[in-house]
Amino acid sequence: MQLLNTLYVTLEGAWLRLDNDTLRVEVERETRLRVPLHHLSAVVCFGHVGLSAPLMHRLADEGIALVLLDDNGRYKARLEGAMSGNVLLRQAQFQRLADATFTLDTARACVAGKIKNCRQVLQRGAREAKSEQEAAALTRLADDLAASLRALPAADSLDALRGVEGEAARQYFSGLNLLVRPDQRAAFTMDGRTRRPPRDRFNALLSFLYAMWMNDCRSALEAAGLDPQAGFLHALRPGRAALALDLMEEFRPWADRLALTLINRSQLNTHDFAVREGGAVTLAPDARKTVVVAFQERKKDEISHPLLAQTLPLGLVPLVQARLMARAVRDSAAPYIPFVTK
Amino acid sequence: MVDAPDPVPLSALQHWCYCPRQCGLIHLEQAFDDNLHTLRGQAVHARTDQPGVETARGVRVERALPLWHDALGLVGKSDVVEFMPGGAPYPVEYKHGSRHKAPDIAACDDLQLAAQALCLEHMTGQPVPEGALYYASSRRRRVVAIGAELRAQVVATAQAIRQMLASGELPPPLAGEQAARRCKGCSLIDRCQPLATRAGLDAARQTLFDPDA
Ligand code: SF4
Repeated sequence: MQLLNTLYVTLEGAWLRLDNDTLRVEVERETRLRVPLHHLSAVVCFGHVGLSAPLMHRLADEGIALVLLDDNGRYKARLEGAMSGNVLLRQAQFQRLADATFTLDTARACVAGKIKNCRQVLQRGAREAKSEQEAAALTRLADDLAASLRALPAADSLDALRGVEGEAARQYFSGLNLLVRPDQRAAFTMDGRTRRPPRDRFNALLSFLYAMWMNDCRSALEAAGLDPQAGFLHALRPGRAALALDLMEEFRPWADRLALTLINRSQLNTHDFAVREGGAVTLAPDARKTVVVAFQERKKDEISHPLLAQTLPLGLVPLVQARLMARAVRDSAAPYIPFVTK
Repeated sequence: MVDAPDPVPLSALQHWCYCPRQCGLIHLEQAFDDNLHTLRGQAVHARTDQPGVETARGVRVERALPLWHDALGLVGKSDVVEFMPGGAPYPVEYKHGSRHKAPDIAACDDLQLAAQALCLEHMTGQPVPEGALYYASSRRRRVVAIGAELRAQVVATAQAIRQMLASGELPPPLAGEQAARRCKGCSLIDRCQPLATRAGLDAARQTLFDPDA
């Protein structure tokens, strides 16, 4: 398995065109970048980026996904070639969706993956905490998450499951504040998770990172032949990629860790965020690039996958997990197992 | 109107013989991963620089000849069919790799060749008692007699594949010694995930809600 590149174009006013077998990025008629198409698995454009029809045709032929996001990383549209999806697998997926036991079981697995990985973040924080008091607080929160995890098998409805998950998330986010470097805490305190719009800097950063992970999860599901809209944990709603949201749960703590790294290493500072009238916070355009580059670097990290007994770059894990999900969908007796790190 | 079942591609017989799951991934799920394309490219390439067959006097060579067998529901293409002076067809299938494959894996090539022979008999009305496999890296032909046993195997395999396609059920991964030998060389290993066995998944499920596991 090879991690192919995703080309993220954050440059306002960029124009993408086909140039033989390469993709050319121009700004005001000046070539800024050339990328051979065979190195790419996806092209992701933020905001006002233009591209030529010949390039779109070629991307469709080569099975390279073209994704359009708005400035804040929210999903707008995606171009898929003729061979995308797998109608038989999707049929099985909809059958599983009607099977309450399978749905609940898979939803439980997704929540378990998230809670386990969140707990890792807090436990690591506790080990590295500067004060005993903070270490104790983080350990307590990690224990709370352990209790939530143990409560999952008994959650006998999706609502009960979402309740456990919501409570765990609340505890976890309160712990994240303690993982921010003390001198940055005033600037990056978060009061729970806010979105649409994010109302503090930490949340603005998380929203942006989640949008990118979300996009990778969605692409991975498409590549595995599944329908990203038909999910088990998240309620079905028009325009919502519920299965991509399900798959993403286990990866959220990875996004959180990267957010903490960016803040704690001062790769992002207060001037990288704009606070709008009324309190909405957005990431400044230059800072988006910093985040995208850091995200791409992180995806190259080698990770050992316990189920496959192999190491692979983090960026491929969503695809591996999407395939495991496809497997669970096809063979309803094979459970979905989220990616959990040690 | 009821659709007649889609004919089974000749290549599916070889896939099924190598691993039913591989056959399912390709023909049920249309999974073509990169290295499969690559292998095909190599096979085609090997064909173009293979000398010799055209030079024999009176032998007419047809490349990429469409083949079918209505009764068996088979369809495909032959790499090469040599038509002898009397018009008798002689199929030659090109394979990458060496002639010295493990016998059970070479047997899958024989099966595919036999299926081609049956198609040619159906199409031309001429008997095809023999064909050959040409192995690109060892540059050697291996002659295969199309005997009764192989013929029966073609019929049974086509039947099994049709059943799998109709049921829509993907066969399970290979296990044990077969898995050890075949999965390594399988271009679909990433998609198939044979190491994430049912037993492994079930065991992981057991500890999923245990915080300390
Ligand atoms: S990896 Fe092994 S089990 Fe899977 S399709 Fe290939 S040969 Fe079959």
